[in-house]
Amino acid sequence: MLVSRRWLEAFLNRPLEVREVADRLAMLGAPVDAIESLHAILEQIVVARVSAVIPHPNADRLRVCTVEDGAGTWQVVCGAPNVVAGGRYPFARMGTTLPGGLTIAQRKLRGEVSQGMLCSGRELELSDDHDGLLTLDTDAAPGTPLLDVLPVRDDRLDVDVTPNRPDLLGHKGVARELAAALGIPFRLPVIPGSRGEEVPASERASGVSGTTGKNEGGVGVQVAVEPGSGCERLLVAVVRGVVVGPSPLWLRQRLEAAGVRSINNVVDATNYVMLELGHPLHAYDLATLSGPMVQARASLEGETVVTLDGTRRILTQGMTVIADAERAIGIAGVMGGEATEVRETTTDLVVECAWFEPPRIRATRRSLGLSTEASYRFERGVDLQAASEALRRGLEVLLTVAGGSVAGRPIDIWPAVRHPARIFLRVDRVARVLGVTLPVRAIEDALVAIGATVVAKPADGRLAVDVPGWRPDLEAEIDLIEEVARIYGYDRLPSDLGPFRLGGRDDAPDATAADRVRAGLVPFGLWETLSLPLCDDSRGVAVANPLSSNHGQLRSAILPGLLRQVEANWAGHQGTVRLFEVGTVFHPGTGALAPPQEELHVAAVVTGARSPAHWTSSGKGDPVDIWDLKGLFEAVVLLANPAARVQVASGEGWVAVDEEGRLAGHATPLRVDAPAWADPVFGLEVTVSLSPPGPPAFRPWPSTPAAQRDLALILPSGVTAEKVSAGLRKGGGRIVESVTVVDEFRGAGIAPGQRSVAFRLRFRDPERTLREQEIDRALERARQEVEETLGIVLRTS
Amino acid sequence: MVDATGYPSLDALRTRLEAIPRLSLAELEAEAIALLGRKGGILTAEARRIPTLPAEERKPFGAAVNRIKVHCEEAVERRRAELAGARSPFSTLDLSMPGREVWSGGLHPVTRVIQELTGIFRGLGFSVATGPEVESEWMNFRALNFPPDHPAMDMHDTLYLAGTEAEGPETRLLLRTHTTPVQVRTMREGSPPYRVVMPGMVYRKDPFDASHAPAFAQLDGFAVDEGICFVDLKATLTHVARRFFGPGVAVRFRPSFFPFTEPSAEMDVRCQLCGGDGCAACKGTGWMEILGCGMVHPRVLEHGGVDPERFTGWAFGMGPGRIAMNRYGIPDIRLLYEGDMRFLSQFG
Repeated sequence: MLVSRRWLEAFLNRPLEVREVADRLAMLGAPVDAIESLHAILEQIVVARVSAVIPHPNADRLRVCTVEDGAGTWQVVCGAPNVVAGGRYPFARMGTTLPGGLTIAQRKLRGEVSQGMLCSGRELELSDDHDGLLTLDTDAAPGTPLLDVLPVRDDRLDVDVTPNRPDLLGHKGVARELAAALGIPFRLPVIPGSRGEEVPASERASGVSGTTGKNEGGVGVQVAVEPGSGCERLLVAVVRGVVVGPSPLWLRQRLEAAGVRSINNVVDATNYVMLELGHPLHAYDLATLSGPMVQARASLEGETVVTLDGTRRILTQGMTVIADAERAIGIAGVMGGEATEVRETTTDLVVECAWFEPPRIRATRRSLGLSTEASYRFERGVDLQAASEALRRGLEVLLTVAGGSVAGRPIDIWPAVRHPARIFLRVDRVARVLGVTLPVRAIEDALVAIGATVVAKPADGRLAVDVPGWRPDLEAEIDLIEEVARIYGYDRLPSDLGPFRLGGRDDAPDATAADRVRAGLVPFGLWETLSLPLCDDSRGVAVANPLSSNHGQLRSAILPGLLRQVEANWAGHQGTVRLFEVGTVFHPGTGALAPPQEELHVAAVVTGARSPAHWTSSGKGDPVDIWDLKGLFEAVVLLANPAARVQVASGEGWVAVDEEGRLAGHATPLRVDAPAWADPVFGLEVTVSLSPPGPPAFRPWPSTPAAQRDLALILPSGVTAEKVSAGLRKGGGRIVESVTVVDEFRGAGIAPGQRSVAFRLRFRDPERTLREQEIDRALERARQEVEETLGIVLRTS
Repeated sequence: MVDATGYPSLDALRTRLEAIPRLSLAELEAEAIALLGRKGGILTAEARRIPTLPAEERKPFGAAVNRIKVHCEEAVERRRAELAGARSPFSTLDLSMPGREVWSGGLHPVTRVIQELTGIFRGLGFSVATGPEVESEWMNFRALNFPPDHPAMDMHDTLYLAGTEAEGPETRLLLRTHTTPVQVRTMREGSPPYRVVMPGMVYRKDPFDASHAPAFAQLDGFAVDEGICFVDLKATLTHVARRFFGPGVAVRFRPSFFPFTEPSAEMDVRCQLCGGDGCAACKGTGWMEILGCGMVHPRVLEHGGVDPERFTGWAFGMGPGRIAMNRYGIPDIRLLYEGDMRFLSQFG
């Protein structure tokens, strides 16, 4: 909502400091997002008197003027046809910068010196008028600042209004809030030259239809409301004899300051009321109405209206329309129709002020994709009670700026009068919710300040509160408690930390597990990243209304997103990338309407140097290879899913399999479209187990010495180191503490397809020191075991 | 042996000078600083005294200070050289050559903010709760007192799951727009008191641009018990803000609107960039919006199976991503999701 400081000043009858207004509104719940200074640049413009005008000797259309600006007398060349001797005009002295950015300097026009510029309305951005100079109807002394004569200087506040506060969508509501905060009265601004006393009071119809605005011939406008149409109240006035034309400056300025363009005096009058009271009005050209009739009724399926923006709208059932005797002439509460628009030739008007059901307006504007100032307000709820006041104000402004007169009394069709709620407020409940006991007087004052009527019921400690019509958000006791706190001031409430009881709940296992995995991966030199869980994933759970197809599904795995981040790093010439992410992945649920299965995963990608380059290795580091991947994978599985076991996968890489035989992770080299200089990329992804690992148990280590022996064995193709290790262990027996691979060799002396693998066996008896022969015998048994079961022989060369 | 100078303060140093040849490397370096250090060295302090002395004393005292200073410097250098010779294998190396580094790693700035805030709340008796990222419309909106067909729904542009759009709110599935539904889940799992924070990803139908992301982290929290009031809300969140932003930070609470709290508030802290003078980051207000909060709406308590007449509570919700951006000066939210090593490695 764009709010004019000067308009608020007119309500509060005092000058306001715009910063203070912004602070006050913020502390009332309506923060100001931006403040725009309007016409501040006109501070340099002064009133000048033209004392003489003579024709330009060298140009037919130019005149040479003698200009007095209080400081001196200047010669100014001027092309405006309306400049006359003795007239007063806005004058830009030499050195002045105009709103368009032009800085005035002395120059010669067709041989004549010009020392300044007399300005048009458009040059000052005060109007669109460029036919001549802006004539000032003033006798102010030359040199008087223009802004003293034309008080257009203003500030426009962009107020952030929450959806529960339709009352703040008009200047009156904002002024009411400020008045409450400042403890001062407020009143509707006086309309300059007001003809308000000529506006007749509206008359309530007894049923759902009636007639108003009869002419001399006794022909009036029929008005009707169709029950169930979504229109709860409809007021209609007929105004005859208006002259459509431009609005006076004060009206144009108020609208412009509130961000609305001036159209003509009739439309401006209705917009004025919308911006002042928050109630949209609509004016129709009476001559265009068939009947003549105005009715609110339910829309018909397929019915069409060409709206004011020139678009043909096809309506569906369930909307509310305003119609004449033959056709829909406007989409109620959203936008009027082009066919009945007020034009320059219009003389007689029908003015409508109505109350429409907010959900229906919301559904209509969503379905049509047509959001307007009017729909914004109706959807939030305009003041049902004050509709007649809004019409009265509209007619006052209309008569004042466009002439004419109201024919008869406006008709008010309100079949079922509905009053705002009465809410009971327990005084002790206020103290329980807020934590401080406020005096009953302070509670009453706060509620009165927002416009409620309060009746104390001391006997049962309650207040009976009749909420005002402009606050449809106040429905229950708790809403009133908020109002009391808000008007009393949140900052005046204490903030002392009191005692509390513990929540007494365990942390969620997935949160604990995620943090444990994160903490465990950082020491591997990995950086935690985040990627969007929304992606383009054909196996993912689909989103019905994605903003783009790139974000059309929920991810079924994290790794593809990390791979894209590797590519982005390559694009930034980052060759070493070490990332991990812990997050949720989604699998389709079992059953059509079942929610997806959510699973916590950890994924990592590595590429580039294994360790930072160092001068001891000529500044070159080895790139990460597949054995780095295996080591990392084993470490991540141990951390994230300790019950799972790592196995060689049937393809390239490894998988982790949990106790129930389910796949719990995989690690693999990744094939990507990499730049030529990039190193291989490796990735892994593991399901995070939510059961917490048990505490580590201390195991004492043996005090007896260990002995180790190496065996170089020839492994034929198809025999894995894992099998050989198991065989060596079995053959060596109980005293074999560990078997590790220490070397692999292929090439000279080894038959093609075979390889030599060196195993290191470590022997120990925890009870006593082993003798040499025991070790040698165990080593021999181990060798024999693999020879007999696997056909493995010692390397001899 | 240095001759006595006749100045007691200088003569007292003679025994320390004689001890220098017996000092270990660590002791030697400490002694060098104690005697000769440019800031706190005794001899430096003595030299500074010279200009304050009467004119006739300046010259002799100055000479004496200088003499003993030269002796000390020489003794220190001699002992250094001796000790260096003793560390033979490394004595020939240029120790200014770069050391061998190892890769370091670190947590994402958003995680850092969540963990730090969660830690502060744990200290106030809170525990961590989580919930699914796909919720029913009922849990995400109705249980939290969002009226259907109300403009309040426009505050949350929602992504729905394909295949359930035509269903009723109980079965229509969406990507949760806040972690607040976990409040209701927590309440249904047990009886008060509750003191819980709820971190997690949330989703909005927002374009991916400099200040919006379709998915982002949120941290919610709530406390419900008998006698919990708005003063507790202010006190607890003020305490958290001071722990997180610094003990001196100014905080303000101003009214706001959320369907699931009443009274509702926004908490602001003094703008960390301009200190309150007003700048582009705080839109000239001098304040930074940090979180939304309020007293849990009675209807939300009812949906959680908690008697709102007996129990009251407060709740808050904040965006750790936005707080991280403010705190670390990150200009574009997309940086949080790009995995750029140049970005992440700044948060080790």
